[in-house]
Amino acid sequence: MAVAVPPFETFYEAHQAEVFGFLRRRLGHERAEDAFQETFLRALRAYPRLEHGEHLRAWVLTIASRIVLDLARRSRAQGAMPELAAEDGRPAFEELAPLTDGLPPKERAAVVLRYGYGLGYDEIGDALGSTEAAARQAASAGVRRLRKEQQ
Amino acid sequence: MTETLSPALDERFRAAAAAEGLLDVAYDLLPDTPIGSLLLGVTDHGVCRITFDPEPERELEELARLFGPRVLRSSRPLDRVRLELDEYFAGRRRHFEVEPDVRLLPAYNRRVLAELAQVEYGHTTTYGTLAAQSGNPRAARAVGTVMHHNPVPIVLPCHRVVGANGKLTGYAGGLGRKEQLLRLEGAIL
Repeated sequence: MAVAVPPFETFYEAHQAEVFGFLRRRLGHERAEDAFQETFLRALRAYPRLEHGEHLRAWVLTIASRIVLDLARRSRAQGAMPELAAEDGRPAFEELAPLTDGLPPKERAAVVLRYGYGLGYDEIGDALGSTEAAARQAASAGVRRLRKEQQ
Repeated sequence: MTETLSPALDERFRAAAAAEGLLDVAYDLLPDTPIGSLLLGVTDHGVCRITFDPEPERELEELARLFGPRVLRSSRPLDRVRLELDEYFAGRRRHFEVEPDVRLLPAYNRRVLAELAQVEYGHTTTYGTLAAQSGNPRAARAVGTVMHHNPVPIVLPCHRVVGANGKLTGYAGGLGRKEQLLRLEGAIL
């Protein structure tokens, strides 16, 4: 039997800290606050359409990633450099994040979600608004680019 | 990993969720009323839930099952009912203006609760009287069951319903609370 969709409160309490941490490292504290609210408002709008309560962590991280990508796209459109956060006290998997600062947004999102957060390519595809294959490709392109930079 | 989310940001989201009309139920806890801790829930249609000594986890599951999964603690939508309850407990309010949301109850329960709503502050009625007013004088026991499952006690004053012999009989929140409410209203000494 499928896992039931939990009350939104339960879902929100379970994932708010991780989502905020994810956004803060990607956007810096100030922009993370707006993105945080937008992430959970989007989740709330989509919530009645969920058919089961599985993979909700991946689901909300994909929403957050999509918002980060939208912001990056918007600031590129405005000719602004994307602001990249530099914060200390990262957990181990986030050691990946500073390395990926120089990657194009899509590759960066794919690499961080895959290797930092352990999401599947199907979920990352969702996050990027594309396919599983495109997500796999973005992640491997990102990793290749990182290797090249390391040399 | 512990990330600190500021309480201000948390509250901001909770307020925005309610302001955008995205919640099936907004709820909050009143930890310190004269009759103990209460959980209050409201929908767009009114007050849908008042629970004594709530076990939040179970309450949330129940509210989600009945009204939809978007159940979130959010203080502002509760302002009105919170204020009216404060006034009531302080003896400054005899009549609630907030609407109870009883849409989802069976027709019979709604009929009985509509009669109950007419019982005035400081007065009592009996299960039998209420049964007669609801169409079946022999249904006193059924009325008792409706009272027991009243989703919004206090606002819908089931504490004002007593046995034919004047005994308090029963109350979902415990007889002590029933007595306390009736004393507050001056219905008993």
